Amino acid sequence: MLRALQIEPEKCTGCLQCELACSYQAEGVFNPAKSRIKVFTFHDEGRFIPYTCTQCSEAWCMHACPVEAIVLNEETGSKDVLADVCVGCKVCTIACPFGTVNYNQDTKVVYKCDLCGGDPECAKACPTAAITYVDADHTGLARMRAHAAASAN
Amino acid sequence: MAWANNVLRVNLTEGTTSNEPLNMEWAGLYLGQRGLATKYLAEEIDPKCDALGSGNKLIMTTGPLTGTMASTGGRYSVVTKSPLTGAVACSNSGGFIGAELKAAGYDMIIFEGKSPRPVYLYVENDKVEIAPADEIWGQSVWAADEWLHKKYQDPLLRIAAVGRAAEKGCLYAAVVNDLHRAAGRSGVGTVMASKNLKAVAVRGTKGVGNIKDPGAFMQAVNAGKKVLAENAVTGQGLPTYGTQVLMNVINEVGAMPTRNMREVQFEGASKISAEAMHEPRESDGKPNLVTNAGCFGCTIACGRISTIDRGHFSIENKPQYWGASGGLEYEAAWALGSDTGVDDIDALTYANFICNEDGIDPISFGATVAAAMELYQIGAITKEQTGGVELKFGSAEALAWATEVTCRGEGFGLDLGMGSKRLCEKYGHPDLSMTVKGQEFPAYDPRGIQGMGLTYATSNRGACHLRSYTVSSEVMGVPEKTDPLVTEGKPELVKAFQDATSIVDSSGLCVFTTFAWTLEDIAPQVAAACGGDWTAESMLEAGERIWNLEREFNLAAGLTAADDTLPKRLLTEPAQTGPAKGNVNRLHEMLPKYYEVRGWNEQGVPTDETRQRLSL
Repeated sequence: MLRALQIEPEKCTGCLQCELACSYQAEGVFNPAKSRIKVFTFHDEGRFIPYTCTQCSEAWCMHACPVEAIVLNEETGSKDVLADVCVGCKVCTIACPFGTVNYNQDTKVVYKCDLCGGDPECAKACPTAAITYVDADHTGLARMRAHAAASAN
Repeated sequence: MAWANNVLRVNLTEGTTSNEPLNMEWAGLYLGQRGLATKYLAEEIDPKCDALGSGNKLIMTTGPLTGTMASTGGRYSVVTKSPLTGAVACSNSGGFIGAELKAAGYDMIIFEGKSPRPVYLYVENDKVEIAPADEIWGQSVWAADEWLHKKYQDPLLRIAAVGRAAEKGCLYAAVVNDLHRAAGRSGVGTVMASKNLKAVAVRGTKGVGNIKDPGAFMQAVNAGKKVLAENAVTGQGLPTYGTQVLMNVINEVGAMPTRNMREVQFEGASKISAEAMHEPRESDGKPNLVTNAGCFGCTIACGRISTIDRGHFSIENKPQYWGASGGLEYEAAWALGSDTGVDDIDALTYANFICNEDGIDPISFGATVAAAMELYQIGAITKEQTGGVELKFGSAEALAWATEVTCRGEGFGLDLGMGSKRLCEKYGHPDLSMTVKGQEFPAYDPRGIQGMGLTYATSNRGACHLRSYTVSSEVMGVPEKTDPLVTEGKPELVKAFQDATSIVDSSGLCVFTTFAWTLEDIAPQVAAACGGDWTAESMLEAGERIWNLEREFNLAAGLTAADDTLPKRLLTEPAQTGPAKGNVNRLHEMLPKYYEVRGWNEQGVPTDETRQRLSL
């Protein structure tokens, strides 16, 4: 069974534990500036929304890469960047419609979410279960359940 | 080792900046943030200096756990000499700028001197720039924030700024960061403005990486997060209701200071409580509370994000306040509400927004308005001073007006900006000022909670609940229940809370964790991050060292044992209602014993033996 990150923004408090966990796992530093997942604050509306790569099946980034540095991880379904193959051309960052592939000035290659190889740290760090790692066929289940409950009233 | 080992020194007189390594010997004794910055301050300034003169310094400081994944590890403090109290000031704030400063590679910024013209400081990792602030001088915090974000085209820039009240000399002006978090108390914002420093804007992309033992650290952090999640206060009460969870509780125990502390229970408490913030409004069916919010790294998330009823008189013609912003915490709801007798939750939320927009401490402000209302009631202040406004207890309109004129520093707002002590002196009734060392009381009446009387009287920054929150023990039973009306044992309790809080405030963590955590939960996180021998015992000892360091600064500044007291009202006028009915605060039963357990002489001065024991 493939699993996917399920994000429920209404549960998010904007604490950035996910960004800290992500950057620590991937870069060895607590550094939101280098996180693959980002929490956006919409101040006037009082909303916090985490956002990251959804691992498209036909991934724009993977197709756009001229050197095949982005590859499918068969086990997890993630599209992973091969840092030693990437030439830092940034075409993938243009191709991605969602902005979730980004260039790192320090390493001179791009980086994106790789689901931590199947055990995503962001989901484990989230204190409110706004980010969970669930059956990829049923990421809408919690939302369906909430609407079902609402429609019954 | 968790510290960045880097201090940024900014000489505002000369317009120069420099870097120097952190004094690691002092870090071993004072840990960071509150303790370590106070050590720097005590070593570098004359305690007798004019707080608003160029001889004072202002330190923006992080702790070793600031910027790490430790829950609540995003705190910073502003340490300086207070213009309100003349004592040491250390005001702690959350939000995001503390962690950003650490991620940019700094433990602290020390501001010295006074700039000849308005400036702001821009920090982007190693790039540091003192830039002209003429375009934002005379503007609010929110306007300055917007201008800086536009100028740098960087939505992730973190900003701390002072507003118009600070520029106009309001003595309890705050440093506001991330729009609605604040280093709120003791006038640290006033000091910042006195240096012609409008704002500090920080972008840090280096992160915090030098953890001494990463494996042990993550283990301790995760264990700590679990304790917070499973605790009723930090896992349920605070996220759901915020600190406002206390409004009805404290009112019921008869310790809710009301109408300038004349009474100890407020009949309108339920209307301005956490529960009221959850109630849908009649007008649009939406509650005051939009969501809870966390500061950097915080897994509690007690912060309130609120809206005001658009039909409310305060904002019906002001669409700029129709959006969501920082809502009522218990202290603000009490000071703006119960202490002024106002039970209109929209008026309180409006006043709270404005306090954030222009950077004033809502506790000192609300308590000063309460004193002004009592002065108005007895005829010492009249419509001549207020320009026709009826400054009556319970008037939401008067509160809204008072907030606006104080925040802008206009007319009678300049009088209100002096704080309760100076206001009551000016109008001939010093006894009506509910202050200690010139700083206004927070939301716990010491007639109903005896330990808080000793807490206030001996607090190193004047009346304050965050120097030793014995409410935790006396009302909530954490870590163990004590009787709030009994004085026996309170000197020891206050000392223990003061010492523990001092070191928590020096770590980068939030003191609210201590509803669930003891130093046994915190020490493993500090030890794994910092290295060295940090245990619960050594942390408590460092806390005691910090407390005594602050005390010695204050004594050198000219304060004496005579300042360790409470207003006459709380010592002589008994509570009229509730469980504490008939009680005054019996400070005289506690203070001598407190000096004794502190190892101070009868004049409240640390003895040589105590100084040696603490390596002072």
